[in-house]
Amino acid sequence: MIEQFDAIVVGAGMSGNAAAYTLASQGLKVLQLERGEYPGSKNVQGAIMYANMLEKIIPDFRDDAPLERHLVEQRLWVLDDTSHTGIHYRSDDFNEAKPNRYTIIRAQFDKWFSRKVREAGATVLCETTATELVRDGNGKVIGVRTDRAGGVVFANVVVLAEGVSGLLGTRAGLREMPKPETVALAVKEMHFLPEEVIGQRFGVKGDEGCVIEAVGTISRSMAGLGFLYTNKESISLGIGCLVSDFAATMESPSALLDAMKNHPSIRPLIAGSEVKEYAAHLIPEGGYKAIPQLFGDGWVIVGDAAQLNNAIHREGSNLAMTSGRVAAEAIIKVKSRNGPMTKANLALYKTMLDDSFVIKDLKKYKDMPALLHTNSSNFFDSYPRLMSHAAQNFMRVDGTPKIEKEKNTTAAFINARSRWGLVSDAVRLALAWR
Amino acid sequence: MTIAVTKVRVEDKLYQNRYLVDSGRPHIIVRPHDKPSANLLALTYVCPAKCYELNDKGQVEITADGCMECGTCRILCEKGGDIEWNYPRGGFGVLFKFG
Ligand SMILES: Cc1cc2nc3c(=O)[nH]c(=O)nc-3n(C[C@H](O)[C@H](O)[C@H](O)COP(=O)(O)OP(=O)(O)OC[C@H]3O[C@@H](n4cnc5c(N)ncnc54)[C@H](O)[C@@H]3O)c2cc1C
Ligand code: SF4
Repeated sequence: MIEQFDAIVVGAGMSGNAAAYTLASQGLKVLQLERGEYPGSKNVQGAIMYANMLEKIIPDFRDDAPLERHLVEQRLWVLDDTSHTGIHYRSDDFNEAKPNRYTIIRAQFDKWFSRKVREAGATVLCETTATELVRDGNGKVIGVRTDRAGGVVFANVVVLAEGVSGLLGTRAGLREMPKPETVALAVKEMHFLPEEVIGQRFGVKGDEGCVIEAVGTISRSMAGLGFLYTNKESISLGIGCLVSDFAATMESPSALLDAMKNHPSIRPLIAGSEVKEYAAHLIPEGGYKAIPQLFGDGWVIVGDAAQLNNAIHREGSNLAMTSGRVAAEAIIKVKSRNGPMTKANLALYKTMLDDSFVIKDLKKYKDMPALLHTNSSNFFDSYPRLMSHAAQNFMRVDGTPKIEKEKNTTAAFINARSRWGLVSDAVRLALAWR
Repeated sequence: MTIAVTKVRVEDKLYQNRYLVDSGRPHIIVRPHDKPSANLLALTYVCPAKCYELNDKGQVEITADGCMECGTCRILCEKGGDIEWNYPRGGFGVLFKFG
């Protein structure tokens, strides 16, 4: 097939669908390739989906998108081996007409999004892996080779929305392969329970949902995060830690997940559930400093493939959707003034993205990944243990004078980490957070 | 409501998953070696699907059938030349029902 498209989008995840939808709905001739049997069959997410970023693409998505629960409560737990210390935030304000955040199930959500892309006029080819970028004599990307017989397809611009472990961009030398210390490996299970049981256990009714994020000894001194997200009839439960930490500790991810499920604070929440899937996926964690060159002659990179992921707030799908939409808008602008898809013209994508929350947020936390990576045993083991010790000391009534209790708590912190260590961690954390 | 969470073997976990195996065309290959590198050895623990195993001769082998295509082994071992990593052909491999 020698057919020329305005744009080829590689991947039908969050970023690819946002890009393909935006391009096709403006009348561009779009081909989208997805290696999975159906969109979503290769994708894994927690998954919290942020309404605002989807609304900017499909304003009335609430009418028919497969949404699980809208979130009214979020818990942040610091765990040691037997306890959790937590902050819970719950507000009835989240029970609004157009809720702000929802849980979703990616396989279902991606199928829906892909249907919208088709309806907007794009050609979507599933079960098709793009294997190589095709370039002209000057190095400009002019299409992709696929694993279909005779499968070279051409376009003025290629949108690489291939996700964190995409092969095309790295093989073509457009970007580096992620390093073990800039990606986390997450494992996740789907635990099924009746809707009412989930409602009772998490204190929510109807479509309301609650999520728990957990740090502490469950990650065994590795930089990591555990999560429990309520869906309508299931709980998504998982944990992710840096690949470099996994390699150094040789911990088994599935054993880590099992241990997390056995934690006394978590076990009762999933008791009696039926597990129907076990999944694994990488998450880009390198932040601002790991963002590659985003555009070139005939190509742009969006979403996880460009490391556009905010690990601190565990936001990724919204950055993916936004970068996909912004890239598409830039392409549309270039095309509308009859400009060729050159590096100079596509720089517009970077300019527009720099101006969005995507780059602003990642810039804000540019020093966090390095801090957490080099200090993981303090942040993920010592401090959680100390916090639990302090809380227990505070709550246990045993005739010890309060002044002694306070001294005891302070001494425990200093013993574990030294005054200097505590102050320097606090300062570094504050600077990185700023 | 009382079934305690017990340790499940990884094989049993993978049994829940849907796969379309491309028989005879493994998408990941371990290059022949005498002694595995540290990262290759780590994969016998770190691969979430336990695809990597040590054989009698102390070499690392892969059975990629249960692979969830996470890419961890690629990140750890492709650069050093321990393995060759590809996606399965379009449509094959793991098919997440929920994801
Ligand atoms: C466990 C976990 C929990 C998460 N939780 C959250 C959360 O709660 N909230 C949030 O906002 N984000 C979360 N994220 C991050 C979020 O999932 C990602 O940021 C988002 O999916 C990125 O979208 P993407 O389109 O860039 O990539 P993906 O969604 O990964 O899509 C890439 C697509 O490209 C396809 N593809 C790749 N290569 C090729 C090829 N050569 N040919 C054809 N097709 C190809 C893939 O099959 C896939 O469909 C989480 C991630 C994980 C792993
Ligand atoms: S891609 Fe992931 S699941 Fe597959 S073999 Fe490599 S580490 Fe294991």
